Amino acid sequence: MKFASEFRDPKAAKVLLAEIAKVADQIGATKEKPVHIMEVCGGHTHSIFRYGLDKLVHEGIEFIHGPGCPVCVLPRARVDECIEIAERLGVIFTTFGDAMRVPGTKKSLLQAKADGADIRMVYSPLDALELARRNPEREVVFFGLGFETTTPSTALAIQQAAREGLGNFSVFCNHITVPEPIKALLDDPHMCLDGFIGPGHVSMVIGIHPYDFIAQDYGKPIAVAGFEPLDLLQSVLMVLRQIAEGRAEVENQYARVVPEHGNSVSLAAIDDVYETRPSFEWRGLGEIDKSGLRIRAQYEAYDAEEKFGIGYAAGRREVEEAEGCACGQVMTGRMKPVECPQFGRGCTPEMPLGALMVSSEGACAAYWQYGGARAVEPAE
Amino acid sequence: MCLGIPGQIVAITDETRQMAMAEVSGVRREVNVACVAEGALEGLVGQWALIHVGFAMSLIDEDEAEKTLIALRDLGEAQEALEQMAAGDAALAGE
Ligand code: SF4
Repeated sequence: MKFASEFRDPKAAKVLLAEIAKVADQIGATKEKPVHIMEVCGGHTHSIFRYGLDKLVHEGIEFIHGPGCPVCVLPRARVDECIEIAERLGVIFTTFGDAMRVPGTKKSLLQAKADGADIRMVYSPLDALELARRNPEREVVFFGLGFETTTPSTALAIQQAAREGLGNFSVFCNHITVPEPIKALLDDPHMCLDGFIGPGHVSMVIGIHPYDFIAQDYGKPIAVAGFEPLDLLQSVLMVLRQIAEGRAEVENQYARVVPEHGNSVSLAAIDDVYETRPSFEWRGLGEIDKSGLRIRAQYEAYDAEEKFGIGYAAGRREVEEAEGCACGQVMTGRMKPVECPQFGRGCTPEMPLGALMVSSEGACAAYWQYGGARAVEPAE
Repeated sequence: MCLGIPGQIVAITDETRQMAMAEVSGVRREVNVACVAEGALEGLVGQWALIHVGFAMSLIDEDEAEKTLIALRDLGEAQEALEQMAAGDAALAGE
């Protein structure tokens, strides 16, 4: 039986599921009138699909997959700019592998590499630093991408480059933050969200208090969660109990990894190296105020936007999304991946139209991998 | 990209740059330990940490490390992290 073999602790899962069902009934959640819980983190989305949690929980609970995958929310214009930098003479462009297949206007980084650009997949920004040390005659650019979990690593790499006085290293900074898009979603009159599951590894860096506004200003419960199936079930229960008891608080389900106030070394590095951009564009979501980070003037020598006169340093360019792509609606929970007219037709993992199909944490890729592919077959 | 993978710190390799050797699912990788360093770095040897893109981000206990690793294997994330480490080595070798 799937249930028993997929869970390492099926007994605990069953107890949690029964308790979830009890509280869901108590607050009157039904299939027709479900409680909407948004899991912000793409890692959580992946876990929910992998373990079929959406099908196991009480039918009155609906998971809304949030915008928490940095690869998915990267706009086409930024991908184009990566390629423009990578194709400059003498540049070694370094990136995490996840970003290689995200479609730009004309091509992805993977296609640009096939066309001859020196683009290398690295595991860590420290690999990019080492490449700069080993290739003093080349310009090494690191594609800084990710939420608060990844942001300190780029900051620490920039500080290290500054200490060594490395002149041929810079970062194309696309770091983004989690609280602002949540705020944008909560301000959207069309969204109906009853509670949140907060991204655990982001909170490992920033702690749980940056989410206070969700509870205090918007009256919505949130539980910061780990990514194992039992963690997620426990967090769903925490959110439901808050609703049942009329509470709205920030609870920490993942206290074994998440310190209440975050990691002080990481926070100090972030604060030293970056400042908030007035606004930053998200794929499918548009411009969101104060949602992105840029490198402070003090570290300008390591800012690829300044060094290459590109991106926000050069004025914005308008790039439309691919036609028929519904990534924005999927990321804001207005549409399920299979409801996108392109799903499985104009958009598959082999020939992606949108980023949600490319990233391993994207909702469309998860749907496809865990059964969605079958869902479209009869229509073919 | 957003999940950390547990690794055990086995040696300090560069005190000034705060670098250590970690063993991640049987593979050795140099990582930065600035975020988990309190006091002498030597004290970290033998400890477990969640390693994220080459940085030890949080100390965890051995039991938690083991559980997390199993979960990551189930999700296919452990393999992905190891492939990314190998890709990083290849990038340094000029590929
Ligand atoms: S199926 Fe493709 S185009 Fe449609 S929402 Fe998903 S990634 Fe975007």
